[in-house]
Amino acid sequence: MHGFLFLQLLTGLASAAQLFLLAAGLTVIFGVTRVVNFAHGSLYMLGAYLGYSLITRAPPTPVGFALGALATAGLVAALGAGLEIALLRRLYRAPDLFQLLATFAVALMAEDLTQRLWGAEDLALPRPGFLAGALRIGAARFPLYDLVLIGLGPAVYLALLALFRTTRWGVLVRAATADRDMLACLGVDQRWLFTAVFALGAGLAGLGGALGLPDTTATLQMGFSSVTDAFVVVVVGGLGSLSGAALASLLIGLLQAFGIALVPRSTLVLVFVVMAATLVLRPHGLLGSASAEAAGAGAPALVRPATPALRALALVTLAAAVALPFLAGPFLLSVATEALIALLFAASLHLMMGPGGMASFGHAAWFGLGAYGAALAALALRAPLPLALVMGLLLAGAVAALFGLVVVRLAGVYLAMLTLAFAQIVWAGAMQFEEISGGDNGLLGVWPPRWLGGPVGFYFLALALCAGGALVLRRALHAPFGYALRGARDAPQRAAAIGLDVTRLRWAAFTLAGAAAGLAGALFAYAKGSVFPTYLGLGRSVDALLMVLLGGVGTMSGPFVGALVYTGLYDALLLATDAWRLVLGAAIIALVLLFPDGLAGAAARRMRA
Amino acid sequence: MTLLAAERLSRAFGGVAALSDVSFAVAAGEVVALIGPNGAGKSTCFNLLSGQLRPSAGRIRLDGRDITGLGPAAICRRGVGRSFQITATFASMTVRENVQLALLAHHRQIWRFWRPAAAAFRAEAQALLAELGMEAEADRAAAVLAYGDLKRLELAVALAGAPRLLLMDEPTAGMAPGERGALMALIRRLAGERGLGVLFTEHDMDAVFGTADRILVLARGTLIAAGRPAEIRADAEVRRVYLGVDA
Ligand SMILES: Nc1ncnc2c1ncn2[C@@H]1O[C@H](COP(=O)(O)OP(=O)(O)O)[C@@H](O)[C@H]1O
Ligand SMILES: [Mg+2]
Repeated sequence: MHGFLFLQLLTGLASAAQLFLLAAGLTVIFGVTRVVNFAHGSLYMLGAYLGYSLITRAPPTPVGFALGALATAGLVAALGAGLEIALLRRLYRAPDLFQLLATFAVALMAEDLTQRLWGAEDLALPRPGFLAGALRIGAARFPLYDLVLIGLGPAVYLALLALFRTTRWGVLVRAATADRDMLACLGVDQRWLFTAVFALGAGLAGLGGALGLPDTTATLQMGFSSVTDAFVVVVVGGLGSLSGAALASLLIGLLQAFGIALVPRSTLVLVFVVMAATLVLRPHGLLGSASAEAAGAGAPALVRPATPALRALALVTLAAAVALPFLAGPFLLSVATEALIALLFAASLHLMMGPGGMASFGHAAWFGLGAYGAALAALALRAPLPLALVMGLLLAGAVAALFGLVVVRLAGVYLAMLTLAFAQIVWAGAMQFEEISGGDNGLLGVWPPRWLGGPVGFYFLALALCAGGALVLRRALHAPFGYALRGARDAPQRAAAIGLDVTRLRWAAFTLAGAAAGLAGALFAYAKGSVFPTYLGLGRSVDALLMVLLGGVGTMSGPFVGALVYTGLYDALLLATDAWRLVLGAAIIALVLLFPDGLAGAAARRMRA
Repeated sequence: MTLLAAERLSRAFGGVAALSDVSFAVAAGEVVALIGPNGAGKSTCFNLLSGQLRPSAGRIRLDGRDITGLGPAAICRRGVGRSFQITATFASMTVRENVQLALLAHHRQIWRFWRPAAAAFRAEAQALLAELGMEAEADRAAAVLAYGDLKRLELAVALAGAPRLLLMDEPTAGMAPGERGALMALIRRLAGERGLGVLFTEHDMDAVFGTADRILVLARGTLIAAGRPAEIRADAEVRRVYLGVDA
């Protein structure tokens, strides 16, 4: 028994060290630049791939390995510096969401490019003798290399502390983390400080990726999976706090090791519970401070009621939508059905993100829960379509209501990250609990009943529910509730001082958004005839974000424009090229740089001017 | 008749006392000024009274009822309106909509999801704005107002809640002297007409001594004097600490 505990302890410490190497760079970068770098996981992935190429070419000795890892760190640091100079410099004054999106786009492109350079196969480092050694603990073997990791984690931590505490550069970095304006007063050239910090953070990610190679393989998916882990660590530790990241890595590493051993499928839920509990008790993480909020989004745009021209345009569009089935072929009809579902999905996110001021990176959770809810109702309970749709909506709405109790007390990046983590956990749940969800194979055979009249009938159902639903949400936003919600976003203190219950308003918006997204997901299950874990995935959450930002967060017409344009673009891209990630990533970056207030926002500005 | 009673209020931030052992009262219809140098604890005192902060110790009573520890929304619903030192208005709305939202909140009509809010309490909002001389700005975005106008809008928003007690943190900052006098006269009139109790902070001594019935003087978190303007003017301690005159 003692041997078992000792083994789990060592395993936990090793994964804590790995987590820390992954997360340290992210938190350092955030502390200084206030950029939440979504591409951090991609830098980590590049570290693994580059590390593979370098280490396999180096002599198979410890020195060769170490030099390979260090060279990898240097190369990734240089890449990071290039990324900062080419892209992020232009975005420091943009709303923090745009930085997330732009770096997300970089992550998309990195995945595509990595596949082109290294191929789609996973790469496993051959294990020369010095990496294969193991320690006997009872009946089990513990890799000696992991002992080295256990030492390296704290060593890197101490080295970073020394760097920040004793060098002039480190003092500047700490000053920038604590108070950015002060730094400007000191007459420091911020630009190069930021570049250097970015390079440092990227180098740490690269080092982490290379050092992880003996334990794991380099895969194309590790960019997105590792960035979620890194976010969890950084958010639990407190954004910008290095010691917080160390503490959180330790906590989560140990928790995972012991959790997996005691309750095999509990780890993800455990990690989530720890994250939620930490944020409830300490909204800025274990060692974070309130001053480390992300950069503000700037003054919100004035919202005006729809102009007659806009109403006319809406009516024409609606008429075209009604006429569509009589003109279009089956392919176009199915694209249009999906566009309608996307519209409701985007409108639901817009409600909480725009007027509600709560940006979510995990909105797919509600979409997927709605889809699974409807599919399970249809398959397991033999519920007819209307009932199954209601069940989907209720499941998503109810879970959103529960989760909302925790999440709406947070703000900004913390909120976005907690929603992201929650969605990842629901996703992992759908993968793991195969007996209910069908796991990777999904649930099949969720077809609309014959009385609905085939694809045309389903299209009209989607039109009624999705366009109708989006218009209902829009109506609520122009009603007192919507004004109160915006008031709570614009000036929370003022809102409370006129008697508004800010938390309850945000919770109501969160729940409403979850339920509406759930309805969209339920319809999607029927549109596709099946449900897969990808419905809950990060990619779908980002689809929603892109639609909302493409349309414009600050306008009420944003989700309508965004959903239609995005679905059209996306399907066209999928048809036209296999490099869709690359093209989509480039398109997002162009959007972020050229239309910071979205298409509808830009149109509105042009009309007013 | 005592409207507000603060009893031995204290508040510390991380061990540093911002306010210690402060007691005072405001009666209905009375206009009271709270003065003191920067950092004396005036805003902290306001934030305690309006529920934005919780006191470390002490009690707050409104109409004799204990409201200590209630949140800002609950305190607002009991008839306390306030303005902030750093103005806080709803930037995505027009000036009139700012007031309309406050009226909707006051009339408990927030949880309505269908009827457009644009038509709700429009006339009332317009009337309130007219009272403050802002009817011409009604359709402008609150985000583009000049500082003095923002202060006035905050007052209109606070008055929309029909408060019995009004807390104003530096209500005339950024205003020209003429505007300042008009605003203080308006506040005096409201206090007289509606029996509104007013507590305000202000750096302009003409406004303070010309408007207030009573003055409270705060220095380093403690109340060093309280009394009628003439008494305060004559108080040696106040002259030394605050008015900058060696007694
Ligand atoms: N949120 C806070 N955290 C820490 N210290 C604060 C906070 N608010 C105020 N203080 C401190 O309390 C003291 C009183 O501040 P304040 O009430 O704003 O004074 P005044 O409004 O009279 O200028 C000051 O020393 C200030 O630094
Ligand atoms: Mg003050």
